[in-house]
Amino acid sequence: MQKAVLTGEMFTQGDIAAAEGALAAGCRFFAGYPITPATEIAERMAYRLPRIGGRYIQMEDEIASCTAVLGASYSGVKAMTATSGPGVSLMNETIGLAAMTETPMVLVNVMRGGPSTGQPTEASQSDIMQAKWGSHGDYEIIALIPSSVQEMFDLTIKAFNLSEQFRVPAFVLADEIIGHMRERLVIPHEDEIEIVNRKKPTVPPEEYLPFKAEEDLVPPMATFGDGYHFYATGLTHDERGYPVMDDETQLALIPRLCDKIRKNSAKITEAKTLETEDAEILLVAYGGESRTAMRAVKDARNKGMKIGLFRPVSVWPFPKEQLKEAAANAQHVIVAELNYGQLVGEVERVIRNEVPVHLIPRVCGSPHTPDDLMKEIRRRIK
Amino acid sequence: MTQETPQWRPRLKDIANQEELFTSGQRLCAGCPAGSMARMAMHALPRPKNTIVSQATGCLEVASTIYPYTAWRVPWMHSLFENAPANASGIEAAYKARKRQGLEDDIPDLLVFSGDGSGFDIGVQAASGAIERRHNFLYIIYDNHAYQNTGIQRSGATPKYAWTTTSEVGKKEPGKLLWKKPIALVYAAHDPAYCATASVYHWRDFMKKVRKGMEVEGPAVIHVLSPCHRNWRYPEEQGMQMAKLAVETCFHPLWEYEGETRKYILSAPSRVFALKPEKKKPVEEWLELQGRFRHLFRPKRRDDLIADFQRLTDEDWAFIQKLSNMG
Repeated sequence: MQKAVLTGEMFTQGDIAAAEGALAAGCRFFAGYPITPATEIAERMAYRLPRIGGRYIQMEDEIASCTAVLGASYSGVKAMTATSGPGVSLMNETIGLAAMTETPMVLVNVMRGGPSTGQPTEASQSDIMQAKWGSHGDYEIIALIPSSVQEMFDLTIKAFNLSEQFRVPAFVLADEIIGHMRERLVIPHEDEIEIVNRKKPTVPPEEYLPFKAEEDLVPPMATFGDGYHFYATGLTHDERGYPVMDDETQLALIPRLCDKIRKNSAKITEAKTLETEDAEILLVAYGGESRTAMRAVKDARNKGMKIGLFRPVSVWPFPKEQLKEAAANAQHVIVAELNYGQLVGEVERVIRNEVPVHLIPRVCGSPHTPDDLMKEIRRRIK
Repeated sequence: MTQETPQWRPRLKDIANQEELFTSGQRLCAGCPAGSMARMAMHALPRPKNTIVSQATGCLEVASTIYPYTAWRVPWMHSLFENAPANASGIEAAYKARKRQGLEDDIPDLLVFSGDGSGFDIGVQAASGAIERRHNFLYIIYDNHAYQNTGIQRSGATPKYAWTTTSEVGKKEPGKLLWKKPIALVYAAHDPAYCATASVYHWRDFMKKVRKGMEVEGPAVIHVLSPCHRNWRYPEEQGMQMAKLAVETCFHPLWEYEGETRKYILSAPSRVFALKPEKKKPVEEWLELQGRFRHLFRPKRRDDLIADFQRLTDEDWAFIQKLSNMG
């Protein structure tokens, strides 16, 4: 039997790192469907899972992939799928079902250019809003954005942990740059990796209510076959899981599905900063684009300009407090993203017209160059 | 099909003088028979200048339309992976409505191409619905046994024991663990106006079937085998040989289903093996030429797996013989 955690160093691509992160987090089930630029994750899982006693199944489409993952999660197994934007478009119905039935599961979206078939082999960050608003109705999900091969590994583990902790679907929103980039990956020893598992019921079966939340707004989750009565449905349901169509039940359920993430956001949000303490201009960038931004900050600092970088690591929920702090001294905020303006709206909501927020969008596959960003910085710094 | 007019027969002389509607310059891999398949299909159209092509995602779609070029000299649309027959349904139904309103004199012919990913897996729902609604179109599924376009992942068309990047060969598993779907039988069970299997090697047989499928009123389906040297791992010039052997071993029998008579009929290239079973070749002869089955022969010969493959092939062959009253 191969090892699940390949402790050591590797020179590998982001997609492979996501697969290894999932295995390290305890994922033992993967249902997938080929799609550029995420196929390598499925290929890696197809190769690795049988060797460590897990299961890879290839499905007939993305609807089936996502729903098989949901099913596997109810069997008590940590489960994942990986796809790109077009695949998420098909999965969205099940993502809504997973939010409604509070099913822990992880989805890796290696973003490519859209809409529709778009640019299959090119980089994009245009699924930021799709991740949050993809399915209909009010609900919350968690989405993390890796900016390096190492983070593909680390954040896939974190996505599993948060997904298990809050019984919610969690996205790893990678762009094609990070998915296909090759870098050094350091996999720690198994004992050094923090693993969170879903809460199990502690009451006897006759007292168990599968949707009765505890103080953290998250209900303990039994596994099918554990001996607990478990009824799950996409209909509005009471604490027993039974469909109830009255106002009272909807009023108890929907705010809780949202609040278990919103009220716990301090435990979830994460952001990284670079030279923001005295920054007069704050760059906001994430994923592959943040690598360019890091360079631009270094170049600008060398020229004596007071520039800093704010990089959201969790994008949903959005790290509002961290952004406010990083922008404390800023005269201008510049958002650089590989889309036609998505996260900029969220930044504007946090900055609230206190200082101007500028967008540098890019929708053509390759990232900005540091010079592109410098041009915008110079325009603002005068 | 009781035809009063004599059946159309493709003649090379005529074809040589016809305009190419699927042109050169597409970027399929060297030696890929999918290009020949598309070209043959376009040469068999009854009304070449009055045909619309709807195409699902796949190798043929990607490689024939790389920006800023297109290989198609007909109105052409790529819908998505799972919905080309649904797209065709809309085109056909809207034309019919316009004709009823007196806005059109004629309804164009409709040809839909998909690969096995779409035709066997993700697009089954759309195809099933379109056939049920009796839209008038020909649906050609060219089957190269896997998702080759994304880099060789197994599909519902991948045969047992074949290597792909998601049906790995190792100590735990000898390639794919499951047999392929009998997809043509699945669509034939919908009772379309016409359904057939074909091979790129048997070009006359294939072109006649395309013609029939286009001419018949109502939905028609053709499942055509089109080898892929990137996955199957044979020398790239041997694609036609691979398609030929698949028929000669009866792994891929050629047959037709006629909606009018509800009869299954073995096509000539396969009928010979029903009449003279001694001519049928062992499937091993086909397997051992392909790198994707190398683990059945090396480092140690796996007689058990080869025999299992032969058994599955024979069972399918016996079944279609029975359906066509040749068994």
